[in-house]
Amino acid sequence: MTDIAAPNARVALVGNPNSGKTALFNALTGSRQKVANYAGVTVERKEGRAVTTAGRTLSILDLPGTYSLRARSPDEAVTRDAVLGKLAGEIPPDVVVAVADATNLRLVLRLILELKAVGRPMVLALNMYDIAQRQGLRIDLEGLARELGCPIVTTVATRKRGIEELVAKVDALIGEGALGTANSWREPTAGEIREAHREAQRILKAHVRPPERPDTFTGKVDGVLLHPVAGLAILFALLFVMFQAVFTWATPLMDLIKDSFGWLAGFVAAHLPAGIVTSFISDGLISGVGSVLVFLPQILILFFFIILLEDFGYMARAAFLMDKIMGGAGLHGRAFIPLLSSFACAIPGIMATRVIDQKRDRITTILVAPLMTCSARIPVYTLIIGAFIPNRQVWGVLNLPGLVMFGLYAAGIVSALAVSFVIRRIFWRGTAEPFLMELPTYKLPDPANVARNVILRGRIFLTRAGTIILPLMIVVWALSSFPGAPPGASDPAINYSIAGMLGHLLQPIFQPIGFNWQMTVALIPGFAAREVAVAALGTVYAVGGGDAAASALGATLANHWSIATGLSFLAWYVFAPQCASTLGVVKRETNSWLWPAVMLLYMTALAYMAAFFTFQAASAAGLG
Amino acid sequence: MHDMLPQPAVASPAAAVVDGRVVRLGQALPGDKGVIVDVRAGDGGIDHGVDLNELHRRLLEFGFVEGAQVEVLHEGAIGRDPIAVRLDDMRIGLRRRDAEDIWVLLDAK
Repeated sequence: MTDIAAPNARVALVGNPNSGKTALFNALTGSRQKVANYAGVTVERKEGRAVTTAGRTLSILDLPGTYSLRARSPDEAVTRDAVLGKLAGEIPPDVVVAVADATNLRLVLRLILELKAVGRPMVLALNMYDIAQRQGLRIDLEGLARELGCPIVTTVATRKRGIEELVAKVDALIGEGALGTANSWREPTAGEIREAHREAQRILKAHVRPPERPDTFTGKVDGVLLHPVAGLAILFALLFVMFQAVFTWATPLMDLIKDSFGWLAGFVAAHLPAGIVTSFISDGLISGVGSVLVFLPQILILFFFIILLEDFGYMARAAFLMDKIMGGAGLHGRAFIPLLSSFACAIPGIMATRVIDQKRDRITTILVAPLMTCSARIPVYTLIIGAFIPNRQVWGVLNLPGLVMFGLYAAGIVSALAVSFVIRRIFWRGTAEPFLMELPTYKLPDPANVARNVILRGRIFLTRAGTIILPLMIVVWALSSFPGAPPGASDPAINYSIAGMLGHLLQPIFQPIGFNWQMTVALIPGFAAREVAVAALGTVYAVGGGDAAASALGATLANHWSIATGLSFLAWYVFAPQCASTLGVVKRETNSWLWPAVMLLYMTALAYMAAFFTFQAASAAGLG
Repeated sequence: MHDMLPQPAVASPAAAVVDGRVVRLGQALPGDKGVIVDVRAGDGGIDHGVDLNELHRRLLEFGFVEGAQVEVLHEGAIGRDPIAVRLDDMRIGLRRRDAEDIWVLLDAK
């Protein structure tokens, strides 16, 4: 395969957002793609290979979409620096392929004028040419090519039309040894942008005849989808379906994965000689791999919806509808999907913050995402509510355990909004950046493209997040397993482990919030995932495993804990960052240990304060 | 320059200003339609999150330039914000406060 061969030439794709640039990239490179991050930034670097008929191997770089080389976000800065050949660790492209939506040329013409100033050899791909033809849009290709001084190829990326010709044109430029001209680009002033618009307008007028049958579909659909009342109602209905799907469709698959790995771990434990190696394989390695894979169904389902909505052109509308509502808490309109997804699990939610361009908006969203009540908290809540909250009716209609559960969810939402408000008003002062967003024409998503992108997200999760979650899981396993129990010990083995010792050591700190040492010990393996705390409590209290264990454990807890302690434990779990996978994924998504550290600290502080006040208030009320 | 009246790029603007037919895009209503006569970033005491020169250039880059056709299509439910506009052959969503200094000469009704 050519993947290993060094490329003979480098090509960079540049274009406006929504120009079908990624579809063109997929059509050019097929499955020969590699996704990584650019050195030092969180921007995704997508590179693929294509082979020309002349036998040249082309390295093709899909640069982030932009309206201008005057970068406004980290993504756009990557595009600018890559095109200018100033990006650290990146070899400057030999040829730039400007990708344009043939039905929407005005803004991209100005970008092309900027690219011309950079002076690299360039080919213009007029993408979505089929739609332009259907609309009766006439483009004088020869005249336009002469005017712009670069070859033009018409393409329909989703149908792989024009791809060979595009590769051939790029190949020809390289074959000629085209060197381009000296770079004369610099950041344009307002006056120069106006000037460029006039030039673009002149070119447009000279070579493009407006469509005979312009698109009226988008306008009609927007009449409903952007309607102040109906639009919001449809958005919420969509979100509800999405949330339900992520939550319920994923559950059988997740159970299957959990059960399979549980079975495998049990099988290994039963058939290998007991000892530390077996424990490592079954409790450390197999459980660790299982705990990574278990997130995959939710991630695939969530990204299926996100990519579908994005490709349809709805995402920008959703951000438009939500901008004012989210803006009140200092969040960007686009933050609502990541936050909503975090109700299922913060991992796909945090991965979904990629839809937010501005770094500060994105990090604020990442930081508050784990405050949304994820599904892993449900076993903990159910256990404690079952053990301590009497099942009785309130005001005739509501049942008390249900009310407490609702209160816990509400506490999560309110605190997420409050924390983002505080972050934006105190730490990152100033108003949110201007909200300027193209509302693209609606397009039918291409199934192959959607499938490819969903699979890509899954692969990225497994290779990048998985490789950090797995070691964390093994660390948690090691803490709970070493050193082993001395011979003839009567207490559960975990009490003698590092986790046990840490639990005893930390006990004085947890005293004021009403936690006993057993709870403190259980918190450490509970870092693997929130629901693991339930199993860990079972281990510490030496209540055997199995399904019957949950109710037995509830009864045990009710005997050993006061109500104040139970409530304090609930309050702790609303805020506590008890999830190594979340911290791992934050590290991956922000490319820095700073943000997981900030998250760990602020959430632990909030959890401690919440548990402290809950415990003290409940004790004062006579529930201690 | 900030305290001057806008200097429209189309014929007989003065009469239009007096007529009240030149409006800020930030205060236009759905259905309002016309041609952009001036784009600037004036300091109306509004915090845009970026400096005025930057806002000015962003607006221009999106195609809010003198001579462009603009029509307000939709507005948000809360505080009638943000607004969706048709700008030549594109659709763009933006907040009213960032559209304050785009001046539009409304078409005769």
